[in-house]
Amino acid sequence: MSQTVFEPWNDPQAKPLIQFKNVTKRFGDFTAIDNQTFDIYEGEFFALLGPSGCGKTTMMRMLGGFEKVTEGQILLAGQDMAPIPPNKRAVNMMFQSYALFPHLSVYDNIAFGLKRDKMPKDQLAERVAQMLKLVRLEKFAKRKPHQISGGQRQRVALARSLAKAPKLLLLDEPLGALDAKLRQDTQFELVDIQEKTGTTFVIVTHDQEEAMTVASRVAVMDDGKIMQADTPANIYEVPNSVYVADFIGDVTIIEGRATRNGEGYDIAFAEGQPVLHAESDKSFQNGQTCHLAIRPEKVSITAERPEARNALKGTILDIAYLGNLSTYHVKLETGQIIKAQTANTRRLSRRSFTWEDTVWLSWTDSAGILLEG
Amino acid sequence: MRRKILIAVPYLWLLALFLVPFLIVLKISLSDIALAIPPYVPTLDPGGGWAGIKEFFAGLDFENFKFLTTDDLYWKAYLSSLQIAFIATLLTLIVAYPIAYGMASAPDHWRPTLMMLVILPFWTSFLIRVYSWVGILSNEGYLNQLLLGIGVISEPLTILNTNVAVYIGIVYTYLPFMILPIYAALERMDGSLLEAAEDLGCSRITAFWLVTFPLSKNGIIAGCFLVFIPTIGEFVIPSLLGGSRTLMIGKVLWEEFFNNRDWPVASAVAVILLIILIIPIILFQRNEQKQREAEG
Repeated sequence: MSQTVFEPWNDPQAKPLIQFKNVTKRFGDFTAIDNQTFDIYEGEFFALLGPSGCGKTTMMRMLGGFEKVTEGQILLAGQDMAPIPPNKRAVNMMFQSYALFPHLSVYDNIAFGLKRDKMPKDQLAERVAQMLKLVRLEKFAKRKPHQISGGQRQRVALARSLAKAPKLLLLDEPLGALDAKLRQDTQFELVDIQEKTGTTFVIVTHDQEEAMTVASRVAVMDDGKIMQADTPANIYEVPNSVYVADFIGDVTIIEGRATRNGEGYDIAFAEGQPVLHAESDKSFQNGQTCHLAIRPEKVSITAERPEARNALKGTILDIAYLGNLSTYHVKLETGQIIKAQTANTRRLSRRSFTWEDTVWLSWTDSAGILLEG
Repeated sequence: MRRKILIAVPYLWLLALFLVPFLIVLKISLSDIALAIPPYVPTLDPGGGWAGIKEFFAGLDFENFKFLTTDDLYWKAYLSSLQIAFIATLLTLIVAYPIAYGMASAPDHWRPTLMMLVILPFWTSFLIRVYSWVGILSNEGYLNQLLLGIGVISEPLTILNTNVAVYIGIVYTYLPFMILPIYAALERMDGSLLEAAEDLGCSRITAFWLVTFPLSKNGIIAGCFLVFIPTIGEFVIPSLLGGSRTLMIGKVLWEEFFNNRDWPVASAVAVILLIILIIPIILFQRNEQKQREAEG
């Protein structure tokens, strides 16, 4: 059985469900969203990721109809959303605080939107039962929100926002209030439910791990702009800017000057240090300032000088022990610090390196990513 | 030991300031009127020994309570008080709710100021504030002058010394007691609840009736009791603003006490009033307790 990869964003024939066209949002003098154009496709799980204040929540609230667009247009299935109030949109939102009605039971919370649509009684009961089953809360239908746990509340909120079978579901930090363990389980559950219902999800989060786990595409935002919108793997492996490389995961950024050499560039970064080499299909002029981003897990750490082209000598400054992994902070003679990560396959007592050890760091030509700024 | 003392404090308070005065009033209500100081008999003579105590208890009877049933003035006054209190509470609610709602939806930095403005009238004497309504509502008062001046009416309206003036006075006086609990309930409400209601298909108005109003219910109930309970026994407002036909039990009580100098009958009126008030007070307590449990 051949499985087609779900990548509508690479298909020029695909019609986007949501189109942002030169959308700008200002609050007084403050520009929250700065002239953004992008598409979200049907069936996607799209994550807006960024630090607080980057405009991701504003983006979502504009989709929900709670904020008006200052300039530009948002289209849902080709239709301009501007004149449509929140209660008339085929869009539902799951709020960060869940916003469950405290005076209504779990059942009535889920039925709330359906009742507003004047759904016939038997149909309504069936739909609510279906939703309760989806989030595994059949036994709690009669409880009030304050009588159930945080994780259960989260599921009620999800069921309520899915009950009306919206074209688009917005999730504002949906797992923010859950503890770490529960959050991990819920992430997979969320993906599961998204696949089952086929609803397009847009999630806002500041947790990169969460975004990477659940999303088909992640949009990394900063300062009202989407810096990069791509699959989690591409965001991590081929970031398009220093900001994205730095924001997602752990990275060492080395600034230097590029010189063309074969398939890639030589990077001179400090006096007395060897020239580094990185493959890149970007074009740099000779002598142009560039940034080399290297993920710590792609850097090997050895006691002897290795055969690799990129090899630097330094002393271990710090070791961050994370249980399964250890991250070494290695200081070069020039003062730069490079991070290297190794899996702790051996017991701690038999670890090969310790503080103040002189070690060699090395990586392949394709490990580093060359970035402009 | 320390806990016992802590628990004892409120009980001693209740004993000294409620139970003891109540027992004194109850005792007077069982006594007979007399031309003496104090103006009732019997009085307990501690020097009389056992016989004196016996004689004292033999002198007590329910005659005054029986008397209250013979004259229809009393039960009419009770009923009329309940009616006035009920209508006034409703009016206060209608006026207070929009104010509380406005305060709760005002920007954060405005709220302390608005709260201050609601409480501010308490800083002047209650009596003076009620008196000032005489100046506003009388036939030659500011209200009539204004309405005559702008030509809305050609004859001055008679408001003072009618029940309308009493309602105005009660609504004015008790407004903060209604506003504050409703405001507290509304202010606690999470704004995203309304957004969620809208998101799920409510218009602003249905969102209000389905979410805001039910969530402020406890505030409304608390406010209504806080207005209703003291209004039943209200004396100053009906006697200053009301007319001869405004019948309220507080006024009857005052007249029995000061005009007729009939302390025993006045006390009987007070005891009955207290019994009537106990029902709403218990209901109020139960509402508060239920609310605490729901929040717990």
